[in-house]
Amino acid sequence: MDFPQFFLDFFGNRLLIAVIASIHIFINHPLAVGAYPLVTLLEWWGRRTNNPEWDNLAYRITFVLFIVTTTVGALTGVGIWFTTALIAPFGIGSLLRVFFWAWFTEWLVFISEVVFIMIYFLTWKRWAEGNLKKLHLGFGVFLSAFSCLTMVIIVAVLGFMMDSGSWPVTKSFFSAVANPLYLPQLAFRTTYSMMLAGLLAWFLIFFFTKKRTDFRRRTVRFAATWSLAWAIPFIPAALWYWKQAPETMLANVNVALLTQRFMNWHETLAVIMIATVGAIILVTVIGVIRPRLIPGVVLLIPFVLGVWLLGHFERVREFIRKPYIIADYMYSNGVRVEEMPVFQRDGILPYATFVKHHNVTSANKIEAGKDVFLVTCSRCHTTSGINNIVSKFNNLYGPEPWDETALKAFVSTMHVTRTYMPPFPGNDKEAEAMIAYFRELQNNKELILGAQARWSPKAINGNQPTGNP
Amino acid sequence: MMMITILNNLILLQTLAPIPRDIDLPLPLNEAGLKIILVILFLVHILFVNLMVGGSLLSVIFEMLGLNHKKYDALGKKITETITVNKSLAVVLGVGPLLCINLAYTVHFYSANALTGYGWISIIPLVILAFLLAYLHKYTWPLWKDKNKTFHIIVGALAAFLFLCIPLIFLANINLMLFPEKWPEVSGFFSSLRIGNVFPRYFHFLTATVALTGLFLAGWFGRKGYPVETNLPAFTRLELRKLFFKVAFYATIAQLAFGPLLLFTLPFPGISLALIIVILSGVTLAITVLFYLRRMIRRPEINFGRNYVALIFIFTVVVAAMGTGRHLYRETSLEPHKALIASESERFHSILLATQMRIEAGLGAGEAMGAQLTGEKVFVNCAACHAVNKVLAAPSLVEVYSLYKDNPEGIVTWAKAPGKKRPEFAPMPSFAHLGDEKLRLVADYIIEKGAENTPTTDDSSQ
Repeated sequence: MDFPQFFLDFFGNRLLIAVIASIHIFINHPLAVGAYPLVTLLEWWGRRTNNPEWDNLAYRITFVLFIVTTTVGALTGVGIWFTTALIAPFGIGSLLRVFFWAWFTEWLVFISEVVFIMIYFLTWKRWAEGNLKKLHLGFGVFLSAFSCLTMVIIVAVLGFMMDSGSWPVTKSFFSAVANPLYLPQLAFRTTYSMMLAGLLAWFLIFFFTKKRTDFRRRTVRFAATWSLAWAIPFIPAALWYWKQAPETMLANVNVALLTQRFMNWHETLAVIMIATVGAIILVTVIGVIRPRLIPGVVLLIPFVLGVWLLGHFERVREFIRKPYIIADYMYSNGVRVEEMPVFQRDGILPYATFVKHHNVTSANKIEAGKDVFLVTCSRCHTTSGINNIVSKFNNLYGPEPWDETALKAFVSTMHVTRTYMPPFPGNDKEAEAMIAYFRELQNNKELILGAQARWSPKAINGNQPTGNP
Repeated sequence: MMMITILNNLILLQTLAPIPRDIDLPLPLNEAGLKIILVILFLVHILFVNLMVGGSLLSVIFEMLGLNHKKYDALGKKITETITVNKSLAVVLGVGPLLCINLAYTVHFYSANALTGYGWISIIPLVILAFLLAYLHKYTWPLWKDKNKTFHIIVGALAAFLFLCIPLIFLANINLMLFPEKWPEVSGFFSSLRIGNVFPRYFHFLTATVALTGLFLAGWFGRKGYPVETNLPAFTRLELRKLFFKVAFYATIAQLAFGPLLLFTLPFPGISLALIIVILSGVTLAITVLFYLRRMIRRPEINFGRNYVALIFIFTVVVAAMGTGRHLYRETSLEPHKALIASESERFHSILLATQMRIEAGLGAGEAMGAQLTGEKVFVNCAACHAVNKVLAAPSLVEVYSLYKDNPEGIVTWAKAPGKKRPEFAPMPSFAHLGDEKLRLVADYIIEKGAENTPTTDDSSQ
C-alpha cells in the first residue's frame, strides 16, 4: 500500500480494471483462442476439396480476427498491466515476484503468437500453392496452439489469486500453480471459447457469402456443427468447475455470510450456464438440420448469453477471493496479513508515506481521517459514486446524522459482519478520525482527487513518517 | 565542490523525497541479471517503436509529397505496409521490458505511473486508436483517391500524431521516476513534463527514430531481393538507397545538436565519469556512422550488402552505448534513494518481526489475549446496529428482550439465519460463523441488558 494513491473517485478504481479486463476476455476467448483453429480448419477443408470459396471465406474471417486481435485484443491485455500498476501496485508487484518466470514464458509465447498471426495473415495470398500452402496451414496450427498456450499459463495465475494453495508456507512457484481450480477453469474457458467462436464465424458468414447460395448453406452447417461439437464437452467442463469452485473456495472461507452470497451467485451461474448451453444447442441443432432457418439476429441471443455467462463467471471469481487480493497473504487494500497487528497497534498513518498527516491530532482530525480512508478503503470504495460509503451508511443508519458509537462499532467489526471486507488496519484514534471524516462527508460531499490529479504537496516537508509513534 | 553538491543532494533527498517501503518479497532473479535483461530487451523494443513511429511519419510525408510527384505516393504506400508488422512487434516486445522495470524499480516506476495516472492509462486507448487509424490508412490507400485524398492524408497524419504522443507519455514516466524529490510537486502528466529534461530527451528520441527508420528503409527497399521494378516502378534501387541513406544522414547530423542538448540539460545527480566515457565513445562511433553514410550516399552501388551490415553493426554499438549510458544515469540518480528505501523497508521488517514474536509469546499486539470470553465481548460484533435503548440500524436490546425474554435460544437461531422482517431496516447478515457457543453468550447478554433497562411493573425485582 505504500505507493501514491491513484484514485478515481465516483467511478471507482475497480470499474477501470473491470472494463479493460472484460473487453480483453470477451475478445480473446472467442476470437483468439476459439476462432484461429476454426479458420485453420476452414482453410484445410478448402484445400482438401480444392474449393477456393472456402479458402476465401477463411481469409476474410481471418482479416476480421487479425484487425481486432492485433489492436483492441492485444492492447487490452497489455492494458491489464497498466491498470493494475495504477490501482493495485502492491498486488501486481507481489504477484510479479512470484510469477515472473511464468509471465516471462507467457510473454515468449505471446511473441510467438503475434509473429504467427502476422505470418498467417500476411502470407495467405502469397503462399497459395503446393508446399507453401502446406506450410501456411502449418502456421495456422501453430497459431492456434500458441493462442491456447497463453491462456494455459495465465489461468494458473488467476487460479492462484483465488486459492494460493500451500504457497504462503512454501513460497514456491509450483505450489502456486498447483491450485485445485486450475484444470477445471482451463477446461471451462477452452470449451467456452471454441463454442462461441463457431457462433462468431456463423455471424460473419452472413457478411462474407451470398444469400441463398449452396455455399452459404454448407458453411452455416459447418459453423453450427463446430459450435455444437464444442457445446457437448462444455457441459462436463462447466459442471466440473461448478462443482469444484465451492468445494475449494468454501473450504478456505468457511463463513456463512460469504457462503450465502457466494452460493446465490453460484446458483445464478448455473442458471446462466444452462441457459447459454441450451440456447447454443438449440440454435446449432437447427443450424445443422436447416441451415437457412436461422437469421443472423437470432445468433445474438446465445452470443449475448455467452458474454453474460463469462461476465458473471469472472465476477464470481473476483468476488470469492475477497477480502484478499492474494489469498491468505494480502488483503484487497494492499495490507498484508502479517502487517495487520502492527497497524492496529500503532496506526497505519505513521507507516504510510504518501499521506498528508502521519499522526491524528485534534486539529487535523478530519483531514487525517480522509487520509485513512484513502489508504485503507479507496481501493474498493468511493466517496459519492460507485460503491460509495455515504450511501452504504445511509442504507444502514438512514439519512439522519450517523451515530458515532455505532460507526465505531461498525468499523471495528466489519470483517465479522461483512466477511468480504478486510479488518480495519488502523488504531482507535485513526478509526475515530475516519469516522469524523465520514460524518463530515455525510453533510458535505467533496470528491477526493487521487495522486494523478492532486497529491498533498506540503505533506512531505519536515513531516517524515516516524514509524514508531 | 563535487562532494558538497552530492551531500546537498542527499540532504535534499532526505527532506523532500518520500521514502516508501519496497515490496517485502525477494526478486525472482538477481538484480544485476534483471537489469542486464532489462537494458537488452528495452533496446530491442525501442528499435521497433522507432520503426513504427518513423514509418508512420515518413509515410504521411511521402504521401503529401505525392500530391505533386505521383511516385512518392507509391513510396508512402509501401512504407505503410512495413508498419503493420513493426507496430505489432513494438507492442509485444514491450511487455518483457515492462515486466523487468516493474521488478527492478518497483517503487519508482509504480509511483511515477500513479502520479501521471490519467496520462499513463490513456496510453492504452491511444495505441488502440493509433493502430486502427494505421490500418485504415493502409487499407483505404487504393480506395480513397482524388476527392477523398485529403481525408486519407488526415487519417495518416492523425495516426502519426498519436504515434508521436505515446512515446512522450512513456518518457515522462521514465523521467519522473528518477526524481523522487520532485514527486510532491507533481500531479498528473502535464505537470510531470516540468521535471528533469523531458523535452531534450524526447527530441533526441525523435531524431533517432527518423535516423533508424531511414537506415531500415534503405535496406528494406534497397536490398537485392526487393522487387523495385514491380512495386515501385518510378524508382531505381539506387535512388531508393540514396534517398533513405540521406534521411538517416541528416537525422544523425541533427543528433549532434540534440545529443549535447540532452547531455547538458541532464540534472546533475545522475552524472558520473562512467556515463561520460560511455556517451563519448558512442558519439565517436556515431561520427564514424556519418562518414559511412556519406560514402554510401555517394556510391550506393558499391559493396552494398557488406557496407550495410557493417553500418548496422556500428549503429548497434552506438545504440547499445546510448542505452548503457541511459541505464548508468538512472542507476547513479536512484542509488541514494534506493539505499534510503532499503533501510526503511528493513526497519519496517524488523518491526513486523518484533510484533510477531510478541504475539507468539502471548503478549498480544494490542488486544487482550487469552482473557475470558464473555457475552459483552461478543456483543461488540452486534453494536454497529444494536444499542441498548435506542434504534441505530436495528431494534434496540430492550425491544429484542421483549420478543425473546422467554426464548434466548431463539436469538441464536435467528442470528444464524436471519430473515428480513422490517421494511425500515437493512437485512441482518448471518452470524453463523461465530459458532453456537459465542451466540449463546451474546443471547444471554442481550437478555440481561434488556432486562436491566426495561422499566418493570413487577415489584418483586425492586
